[in-house]
Amino acid sequence: MSNIEDLKLELKKNIIEVLNLEDISLEDFGDNDSLFGDGIGLDSIDALELIVMLDKDYGIRLSDPKEGKKIFESVEVMAAYIAEHRTK
Amino acid sequence: MGKYFINGIGCVSAQDTTNSEKDLFNFKELKENKVSACKPNYKDFIPPAMIRRMSAGIKMGVVASSLALKEANVKIPSAIVTGSGMGCLNDSEKFLRNIIDNDEQFLTPTAFIQSTHNTVGAQIALGLGCKAYNVTYVHDATSFETSIIDAILKLDEEEQNVLVGGVDELANHTVELHKLIGHVKEENTLEKGILNSNSKGAVYSEGAQFFVLENRKTENSYAELVDVITYDAILEEEVTSKLEAFLLANNLKTSEIDAVILGVNGDVEFDGIYQKLQDTILKEIPQVYYKHLSGEYNTASAFGMWTACKMIKNQIIPENLRLNSVEVNSIKNVLLYNQYRGKNHSFVLLKSC
Repeated sequence: MSNIEDLKLELKKNIIEVLNLEDISLEDFGDNDSLFGDGIGLDSIDALELIVMLDKDYGIRLSDPKEGKKIFESVEVMAAYIAEHRTK
Repeated sequence: MGKYFINGIGCVSAQDTTNSEKDLFNFKELKENKVSACKPNYKDFIPPAMIRRMSAGIKMGVVASSLALKEANVKIPSAIVTGSGMGCLNDSEKFLRNIIDNDEQFLTPTAFIQSTHNTVGAQIALGLGCKAYNVTYVHDATSFETSIIDAILKLDEEEQNVLVGGVDELANHTVELHKLIGHVKEENTLEKGILNSNSKGAVYSEGAQFFVLENRKTENSYAELVDVITYDAILEEEVTSKLEAFLLANNLKTSEIDAVILGVNGDVEFDGIYQKLQDTILKEIPQVYYKHLSGEYNTASAFGMWTACKMIKNQIIPENLRLNSVEVNSIKNVLLYNQYRGKNHSFVLLKSC
């Protein structure tokens, strides 16, 4: 499995655990599923949790919270952004 | 002062109290020193999108309040009053643990938002879309009774109905601290029951009990709530006179009480306060206890009131709740007396209607 695939799996596990998504299994969680709105159904409080997760786990500090809207589009997009910008 | 009727009740506790097929006589004494609530199927009551952030206390409160409102046929109450001694303790612990573990960095909002005492009342209101008066009282073991006092005041202000209840949840770290200071029974199992435990401390548990109070009697009415009074700190020697004064203020003599429900919790250090009453002025009155079924928590006395409602409506005192064998023909006047560790005394008077 490639590094990016490992990262996507890790992200899905973390998102399910941190956001307590009891009804979503790893199998149901598609790489390109929209995290917000009609997809996984996250909300603005979850966005704050994800911003903290990026900082804590990958050393990425978002200077402009509006960036999150694009970065948190899906696990696919998140993984690509993390792979490029991570400091740890 | 008007009249206040209990027209709907709901209970989540260490017993299977959300199962309508079970009643008081089905419940078994708790056998461990720490017992979690018997969990209903929360998804039957709470949308999945809301449930994932809710701690046990919030979920229990939402379910108990839903059951009470449904019984009373009330969709949106005119006021919501909640009592909680410790509030949403799990999220408080989680938030504080995050501060320590992450060296005061990377703090996320969810646990903090959910950690306050008034989260339960707020989530009940959010679920109902209720924008009415919403207050939470935090007053140790009289939190529930303090809430009842406010509910009565709201009904006197001509609110139509008030949803009032008590809720407290277990949290591991806090229980461990209470074990260290001897507030939780040292022995893990209690095969002989709390009355024969002969040890200090109580069985710790959790639960939520909600009631719909209205100033009109309905065919669903369980009982009339006549009066309530609390004392934070009184001397042990004063309990008898306070009890008699409470009854006198309601034009009753002790002999006119048909059942007394006591907060006996098996703590040898403080059950003597009840025992003195049991051996003297309450000797000829049917005596009932309930904390062997509910366990102890700051709002466990709300389980006592739930028990009283069931007893009055069914006109029966189940054998598994009896402290003595005094017979009773009809249950009209019921007195509840609770205290915790010699403090937070409360008297509540209910009457059949």
